[in-house]
Amino acid sequence: MDFFQILALIVPAAIVSAAPLILTALGGVLSERSGVVNIGLEGLMMFGAFIGAIFTHYGEQWGLGGGSPWMSFVVAIVAGALFAVPHAVASISLKADQVVSGVALNFLAAGLSIFLTKKLFGAGQTPDIQERIGKGDVPVLSKIPVIGDLLFSNAYSTSFVAVFLAFVVWYIIYKTPFGLRLRSVGEHPMAADTMGINVIKTRYISVIMGGAFAGLGGAIYVASIAGNFTGSTISGQGFMALAAMIFGKWHPLGAMGAALFFGLAQSLSITGEQIPLLKDIPDVYLLILPYVLTILALAGFVGRADAPKASGQPYEKGKR
Amino acid sequence: MNLIKGRLFHILVPVVSVLLGLLIGGIIMLVSNYNPISAYAALIDGIFGNGYNLGETIRAASPLILSGLAVAFAFRTGLFNIGVEGQLLVGWLASVYVGIHFDLPKVIHLPFAILAGAAAGALWGVIPGFLKAKFKVHEVITTIMMNYIALYTTNGIIRAYMLAPGERTKDIKETASLASPWLQQLTEFSRLHYGIVVAILAALIMWFILWKTTTGYELRAVGFNQHASQYAGINVSKNIVLAMAISGAFAGAAGTMEGLGTYQYMTINNAFTGVGFDGIAVSLLGANGSVGIIIAALLFGGLKIGSLTMQSAAGVPTELVGIVIALIIFFVASSYLIRWLTNRFTKGGKI
Repeated sequence: MDFFQILALIVPAAIVSAAPLILTALGGVLSERSGVVNIGLEGLMMFGAFIGAIFTHYGEQWGLGGGSPWMSFVVAIVAGALFAVPHAVASISLKADQVVSGVALNFLAAGLSIFLTKKLFGAGQTPDIQERIGKGDVPVLSKIPVIGDLLFSNAYSTSFVAVFLAFVVWYIIYKTPFGLRLRSVGEHPMAADTMGINVIKTRYISVIMGGAFAGLGGAIYVASIAGNFTGSTISGQGFMALAAMIFGKWHPLGAMGAALFFGLAQSLSITGEQIPLLKDIPDVYLLILPYVLTILALAGFVGRADAPKASGQPYEKGKR
Repeated sequence: MNLIKGRLFHILVPVVSVLLGLLIGGIIMLVSNYNPISAYAALIDGIFGNGYNLGETIRAASPLILSGLAVAFAFRTGLFNIGVEGQLLVGWLASVYVGIHFDLPKVIHLPFAILAGAAAGALWGVIPGFLKAKFKVHEVITTIMMNYIALYTTNGIIRAYMLAPGERTKDIKETASLASPWLQQLTEFSRLHYGIVVAILAALIMWFILWKTTTGYELRAVGFNQHASQYAGINVSKNIVLAMAISGAFAGAAGTMEGLGTYQYMTINNAFTGVGFDGIAVSLLGANGSVGIIIAALLFGGLKIGSLTMQSAAGVPTELVGIVIALIIFFVASSYLIRWLTNRFTKGGKI
């Protein structure tokens, strides 16, 4: 097996497992850059996965055919945004501990989505969806030698959506007035308030947008990888997205890069057995790699990662 | 007067939160076409109905008490230990390892196995503590990452070195077991074991350390205000590491409840046990105090065990209890609202 064959095996698999991570990590970036810690990414992603699974299923029954997953994505975006509201209310308006509120959101997602699954389908899992996101070659680009084969043939369209949205989020956060406000309320809310920025409103918008992204991430996970929703469909991807966000230093493109890298580690633990050099490494090491790297990054061994200054602190007007 | 008000308030928030949680749980059942009254009747029957259910409730509460103590102890020092889940897993593995591989009389073997679990948990907790003290890395993130490292590592170790048929380890030796035929007989052969004694002892230990020792005073001082503690000559870094070690030890002990008590072995876990995350809910509801935690753990243990009867007798999925617990956490965490309201009515009242 030569080097190129190995790449052809790993790279597409990495990109596939990275797409949901990228989107969820972007959700985390939006929320945390505005100063609201979001441990609830896992729950948001889980709820998005649940909504994605049932609406793809319903879409098939309503005769939407190949459009069903795309319809489910739209619903999942709305559902994710709505599901982030309790976290926003608790941590912004009611000044609850943001970590606790995020943990509660995870509990709520796990309870509610499985409760509803059992209620709707009488079983612990949703029916398998027929209309998955298909693989396909991108016209023109797939003809480029080497890169075309690696990145643009046999690829999921959702992966391109994820990468595209990473640039969109980067543009929003760094190139628009709203993005400047978002960052300023995350770094120094009082200064922002003094300049006439509505801290509360900006944070609400950011957290709710973050929820929409995480919801989409969950739905894409179902439509491209899992194929249905059970209690164990989302087990840790949300936290891995959180890790990607930190490893990417709270920057949308950094988060995307980290998510791709973690996707690589994930896919290596699955495809590793076919690769000569990696065959002898127990997959434990590849499984724990993303988490170990995140800790090292935080400790400053792999480029220091610093959180937005005001993240985790509720804003109280007039407080010194 | 103010003191009584403060006390009352501390009890009021959890009680109101639990009632609100159950109320909204009832509304959710109504909306989804279940009968909330018969469901809650089944739930109560599932907790107290017979000796077996009661025994199972207490059994489920034992690790919850310990994981609640773990979260609370770190909280008192101003740290948020979300890593209880991972510390619990390494503690579980260490206790089972000692339980299988040593030949000792029970008086030595059992305490040794429990202490081994606690030590493993402490070690797992020290890492984030050290990173926090030395590099100012936020412990919430590191402990989450350590959870996954623990999950995959313990699975890897079992698979590589301790595997028995059925994706699990061998059974531990009788001399390391917490199981009690007497307690089982008393509760119509539930899986109740002596772990509840260990858990209550641990609650006493936490109370003693925090309130009756200089170390506890320092730990709490660091929790209130790191800068003031530093100024007063308290070694903040040392106390952070120490708090995470003790917190991890409680979490590791929670793991021994599963390893030496309920299961007598360790399985390869595809996902977390949930006991560690529930510990956050327990400590929050129990207001980080020993007595509160025991009561909260019994409540959540009861809800979990009772939900089984709720499903079989009233047809309501067990997950309803998960929703109720999530709502309770939201309400306790949002107590600012209640606090704010009461402050409006108390002139000059401070938070």
